[in-house]
Amino acid sequence: MTAMAVPASLDPTRSFQGLILTLQNFWASKGCVILQPYDMEVGAGTFHPATTLRALGPRAWNAAYVQPSRRPKDGRYGENPNRFQHYYQFQVILKPSPPDLQELYLESLYAIGIDPGVHDLRFVEDDWESPTLGAWGLGWECWCDGMEVSQFTYFQQVAGQECAPVAGELTYGLERLAMYLQGVDNGFELNFNGLEGEGKVTYGDVFKQAEAEYSRHNFEYADTEKLFRNFAEAEKECLALLAAGAPPEGSDQRHKQVLPAYDQCIKASHAFNLLDARGVISVTERQGYILKVRELAKACGAAWVQTEAGGG
Amino acid sequence: MPDLLLELFSEEIPARMQRQAAEDLRKLVTNALVDRGLTYEGAKAFATPRRLALTIAGLPARQPDVREEKKGPRISAPEAARLGFLKSIGVPESEFHRFELYEGHSVSLPERGLSVEVRGTGKDATAFAIIEKSGQPTLDVLAEILPGIIRAFPWPKSMRWGAASAAPGSLRWVRPLRSILATFGAETEDTEIVPFEVDGLKAGNVTYGHRFMAPGEIRIRRFDDYVMKLEAAKVVLDADRRKEIIKTDAQNLAFAQGFEVVEDEGLLEEVAGLVEWPVVLMGAFEEAFLDVPAEVIRATIRANQKCFVLKKSDGKLANRFLLTANVEAKDGGKVIIGGNERVIRARLSDAKFFWETDKRVWAEDRDFKRLERFRNVTFHEKLGSQWDRIERIRALAKELCKVTGVDPAEVDLAARICKADLQTEVVGEFPELQGFMGRVYAGLIGEHASVAAACEEHYKPVGPNDTVPRDPVSITVALADKLDTLVGFWAIDEKPTGSKDPYALRRAALGVIRLVVENGVRVGWSSVENFFGHWIHAGLADQVIQAAGETSRLQELYEFVSDKIPPIDPDCMNRIAAQHWIEFLEQSTFEDLGRFHFVAIELRKISKYKSVDLLSFFHDRLKVMLRDQGARHDLVDAVLANGEANDDLLLVVRRVEALGEFLATEDGKSLLAGAKRATNILRAEEKKDGEGAFEAAADPALLREPSEKALHAALLTAGEAALHALGKQDFEAAMRVMSSLRGPVDAFFEAVMVNTDDPAIRRNRLALLATLRRVTRQVADFTKIAG
Repeated sequence: MTAMAVPASLDPTRSFQGLILTLQNFWASKGCVILQPYDMEVGAGTFHPATTLRALGPRAWNAAYVQPSRRPKDGRYGENPNRFQHYYQFQVILKPSPPDLQELYLESLYAIGIDPGVHDLRFVEDDWESPTLGAWGLGWECWCDGMEVSQFTYFQQVAGQECAPVAGELTYGLERLAMYLQGVDNGFELNFNGLEGEGKVTYGDVFKQAEAEYSRHNFEYADTEKLFRNFAEAEKECLALLAAGAPPEGSDQRHKQVLPAYDQCIKASHAFNLLDARGVISVTERQGYILKVRELAKACGAAWVQTEAGGG
Repeated sequence: MPDLLLELFSEEIPARMQRQAAEDLRKLVTNALVDRGLTYEGAKAFATPRRLALTIAGLPARQPDVREEKKGPRISAPEAARLGFLKSIGVPESEFHRFELYEGHSVSLPERGLSVEVRGTGKDATAFAIIEKSGQPTLDVLAEILPGIIRAFPWPKSMRWGAASAAPGSLRWVRPLRSILATFGAETEDTEIVPFEVDGLKAGNVTYGHRFMAPGEIRIRRFDDYVMKLEAAKVVLDADRRKEIIKTDAQNLAFAQGFEVVEDEGLLEEVAGLVEWPVVLMGAFEEAFLDVPAEVIRATIRANQKCFVLKKSDGKLANRFLLTANVEAKDGGKVIIGGNERVIRARLSDAKFFWETDKRVWAEDRDFKRLERFRNVTFHEKLGSQWDRIERIRALAKELCKVTGVDPAEVDLAARICKADLQTEVVGEFPELQGFMGRVYAGLIGEHASVAAACEEHYKPVGPNDTVPRDPVSITVALADKLDTLVGFWAIDEKPTGSKDPYALRRAALGVIRLVVENGVRVGWSSVENFFGHWIHAGLADQVIQAAGETSRLQELYEFVSDKIPPIDPDCMNRIAAQHWIEFLEQSTFEDLGRFHFVAIELRKISKYKSVDLLSFFHDRLKVMLRDQGARHDLVDAVLANGEANDDLLLVVRRVEALGEFLATEDGKSLLAGAKRATNILRAEEKKDGEGAFEAAADPALLREPSEKALHAALLTAGEAALHALGKQDFEAAMRVMSSLRGPVDAFFEAVMVNTDDPAIRRNRLALLATLRRVTRQVADFTKIAG
């Protein structure tokens, strides 16, 4: 860790941002590139191309970042202290998965103030699968005193491609982790900046209004016709870009349009999530939409391995 | 004799896989050793979250030596035969010149354990090879077999990891395999490391203790010090011991506070697979949560937190829970308990919220309008929506009211709402509470007790040991639910095969049998057959589409077809059937009405065939059930043989019971022997005279012997009496009638020679035996009975 003195207000057990900074510092010290959030609406940190696409191909890749994630259906108008339609994930991806990944993970918990001498830390079977990303892996949910604080996965397949080598993925649910560290039962009462008295800013100060407004949007106001259109357009553009950037048949040239195409896949996925929240997609249709997004993700995965970063 | 100790140390193995994996490891290694001539005294395997371990005691130090003789060619054979033989036994070509074959000659290659000698003289002189294989040291054999077993280990799910996974064919394990310990040696000596390597992991004599309390390296010699050193390093190797510790500690903790643990074997097994060093701690939650039904609290705490719940001396749930930590905390567990209490509080808040929400919904929507949403829930791709299914259950239940004699209005309500709890929040969260919650919610809104009970009991009996509902409403809906399942899956050809029964159809059939038998309900097969009719033309629609031509008058065709298949209930069943037909007609084009007519007739034939097939499935299940109960299942075939009323499962069982009792008597045994004798004689003679040659009534004028006349008279009376008794379904009486035949039959065989020289008399006597066969067959086919 750095020698820089950390002010008390950034103590990860007292400050939400302190928690984030500590995790960033920790993983930076382990050789990760610290990225910033992807600038699009995604449902989870896994959707960031730094995970979805970089998990593919032979090249080593170690990265960590915070990803604001949106799950429109989880909105509760700011009335439920545990469930938000917008929340933060801290995401770490290490390829190939290092032999001491479990130890590194535990060390990161110690760094944020979890003492293994008094806490009960456990790796409980939880296999991960993302039907929309055509991805799956084996791993655990990591428990601290009976609470799930992270998801730990060895990716076996992403975007329909076998992972070779396998990447290890860690996802920390930041709000829940911070609530536990700060001893707070209501997420909106989390101390965001670690200050006390007048200078104190809570999670609720930052996000409560947004939760209420977005819940209304997600469940009541979002323009469904526009969203259906967005979905169709994104799908179309994704495929068009992939076709336009594809190397000529039989050539050994690289693919030239994967990242922009993948952005469209993300857009389609978010449009679907909003439509789902609006309740305008029937059970049968739902499966169809998931399949469509998966096909886009798979097409992007197949193109990615023909790029330089994808090792093609 | 030396012992083997093997440990495969990995990242956390899923709890549910550990026991099977330990067992698989034991079998694979011991089988491979035995295959190589290495027997052993004992083997035991263990599993913890981080390791599979195996100890095999009493192995020999080396394989036994093997001596094998092989006969070769005569020395007079052509040269090619000699060369081929030498090659086949492994003589190098450069040595062939030394192996000339002539009488009395012998030559050996000691370094290959090989010699050849010529035995015999003259033209019998033949070459023999003697191959001696000295046994390999067991250590080498182990080094040879273990890598293959590890590579091909039968995990239900396995994965790749790390840098090695860049290459195809890298090692797969349930989670990353971190180290291998493998030692071999006698009790009194130092052990040796079994020299092998798997994907760069070299076997050694090192393991590691508890992840947090003793993570350091531990050097191991053999099983004895392995168990002790692990224990010292806070690892209890044996899962059963961990279970015992958890159970005892839990009971003691509970007892100290005046509570009792609600036992849960499944949870105990799982929890024992989540810890290497179990430490049981007690936590509490707010009394206020106890408003929520105990089952919901238990499900919440069990499923999400893997904790046990406690009850008070009055049997009610206590506001306490027991967690099993994997660590001895410095603070005695205060922080751990606090953390778990927070999570459980949050979980119970959710559960309470679900419970309150459900109650409100049930109270507000008294007409169950919300059930409309089932239209969008698929029950099975080919069997329609959950709504369709409920409508079918309602229709069938209505039919069944006629036999269960219960108020159709109550049954209809029960059938309509029996799946309503699938829409509740609580069941959405805890599917295992389905049925139970329906009963609770229906009771809360004041539905009739029978209707509420049916919401739970229509799933019953779930297995051979589950109770069978007694309330006629429950019985009716339970039968309808199961028959709909069976008929539906039969219609789309999803029958159980071998060990595969994904829709639990065997269980459903057994359920129907038990419902019928234990409640004395008589379900006529005709309603089931009709039910099939509706299914089949839906189920086969796509096949028909393929065969279809063209037409322009679809509505006319539709009306024509629906006319051909009799509806059970025009309002409901026909609607479902019609819907399928309309969908199918929209996509299809037929040449003419005649073709459509043909299709409809075919479908009816198939529906008949399928219903017969399903009936025989029921008969098979009945045999299995009787066999499991230790009853005589061979009697089922015997009573089924006359082909009558076989579709009435209750009567089949009653007949089996009556026949069983009869056969236990002296009269029964004797008549069985007589009837079998008669049938054997008839069979033999029918081969000569032709099938059915003796079926004409015996001619009284040709009866000679008194015992012949007596049997004739007895058969006349018995035939009538048995018919009469069976007409009343009085099987005991029918059996008494059979008893009356015993004396005359015995006397007949005593005194009468059937195959006399007089052809007319012979024929008449055989006709008499054929009558006996017909009369007894009214009750059972005695030839199908063993013994």
